[in-house]
Amino acid sequence: MRASWFPVLLVLALATALTFLTLPIVAIFVDSSPGELVDALGEQGALEALWLSVRTTAASLAIILIVGTPAAYLLATRSFRGKAMVVTLIELPLVLPPAVAGIALLAAVGPSGILGGAVEAAGIELALTTAGVVVALTFVASPFYVRQAMAAFAAIDRTLLDASRTLGASEARSFARVMIPTAMPGLVAGTALALGRALGEFGATLMFAGSFEGITQTVPLAIYDRFSTQFDSALALSAVLVAVSGAILLSVKLVQGSEALGVAAN
Amino acid sequence: MRLLALALSAAALALAACGDDDNEATAGAGEKPRLVVSAAASMTEALESCGPEFQDATVRLQFAGSDELAAQIRQGLKPDVYAAANTTLPDELYQEGLLSRPVEFATNTFVLAVPNDADIQSLDDLTKSGVKIAIGAEDVPIGSYTRETLAKLPKRREQAILDNVRSNEPDVKGIIGKLTQGAADAGFVYVTDVNATGGDLEAVELPAELRPEVTYGAGVVDGAEQPERALEFVDQLVDGPCADALEEAGFGPAP
Repeated sequence: MRASWFPVLLVLALATALTFLTLPIVAIFVDSSPGELVDALGEQGALEALWLSVRTTAASLAIILIVGTPAAYLLATRSFRGKAMVVTLIELPLVLPPAVAGIALLAAVGPSGILGGAVEAAGIELALTTAGVVVALTFVASPFYVRQAMAAFAAIDRTLLDASRTLGASEARSFARVMIPTAMPGLVAGTALALGRALGEFGATLMFAGSFEGITQTVPLAIYDRFSTQFDSALALSAVLVAVSGAILLSVKLVQGSEALGVAAN
Repeated sequence: MRLLALALSAAALALAACGDDDNEATAGAGEKPRLVVSAAASMTEALESCGPEFQDATVRLQFAGSDELAAQIRQGLKPDVYAAANTTLPDELYQEGLLSRPVEFATNTFVLAVPNDADIQSLDDLTKSGVKIAIGAEDVPIGSYTRETLAKLPKRREQAILDNVRSNEPDVKGIIGKLTQGAADAGFVYVTDVNATGGDLEAVELPAELRPEVTYGAGVVDGAEQPERALEFVDQLVDGPCADALEEAGFGPAP
């Protein structure tokens, strides 16, 4: 009996955490029947919001992968003065409240922002446009990917890269043929995290891009819009987001295997 | 087991400590009870200035679109006072037994707001292509006033204006923000919101036959923790420091 209190405490803590974290999620599904959920989704605006979320998230992920992968590779493979500072700056949006992200984007590239004139001169319109949504999503989601990708590249045994280089491959070739495939599980995990963050983005989008059906009203904004008068529809869209986000998280766990489950490999 | 009990009592203590924080906050403000007021976003500046003057309680104000606040009450949230930017929502809540009989306490003027250097000077200017308009979402009072007003225009003009709408904002603050940041060229708001920008925006008055009657209604939420003080607060919206603050912000007296 003497030594048995600790496991009991652990189980109790886990049970508390599990109940607290899952109850609201379960409520989304219990509060409306599956039939109602499907009906609410059939409504025109809901599908439009989903389609817009899919398109904007895909676009921002493309940007994040194309720019983020080499950037993360550089940070993982080189040492230079001020590197810690650079990494901190890149990670900063992770901890920024979405409202701050929205204000910051307006102050930077909004019509009266510091680069607003330049953006306008380039013929680009961001505020209140779909492109603005992509900018907001990219801003808040990219650190999730870059961080994970950096860790993945850094974890690769240097001798692997050295071997590839010794065999005459250029760094570009080694990057494409050795480093990326080896880091793939980490890159996939980072992509999934960025995807989840982008899908759920609300505050920055509303402040920077506004809310208009089919143009800037992504699923989270549509949920907020429906909350007051079409609660069923808001629930249905929430359920879809929960399902998609759950699937993303699960696939990350599967890709990463036991490592992600926190069981130390012996 | 003894340690488990210890852990549990630690948890209980932590919870109690949270409770203490509340007490402390109230005690710090002179041991006054707390009165939670859910008010339409358009009253932000006015009520923030008069809220601290309320004698009987520490007023905690929360602002959002009237419809969001009504939805919260329908979902079981219990502020003490609900003050909306129309009379429809309070009336609905009253019918549903969630609010005391609403009191009309102020009026506002529905205007077209533009940045002070804009060339938009009338509704006609809104029909031009390329003009970006921000309005309230359909369910928030400012949004329904906007649609109501536009519906009085000839169909063609109404459509031309609606075609230029780029954002349906959840409350007036969102519309104002889009205008002051230059993201939108024009928006429909209340004159008090324009006044609150301190000159960044200017109000274009609409023809009298188009202007909707904007009357604000408030009531005591059923199940409020401080029903008497809530009633007192509502009375003071009609006559008292908050009535004065509303008048100063540009609100009209109750009809």
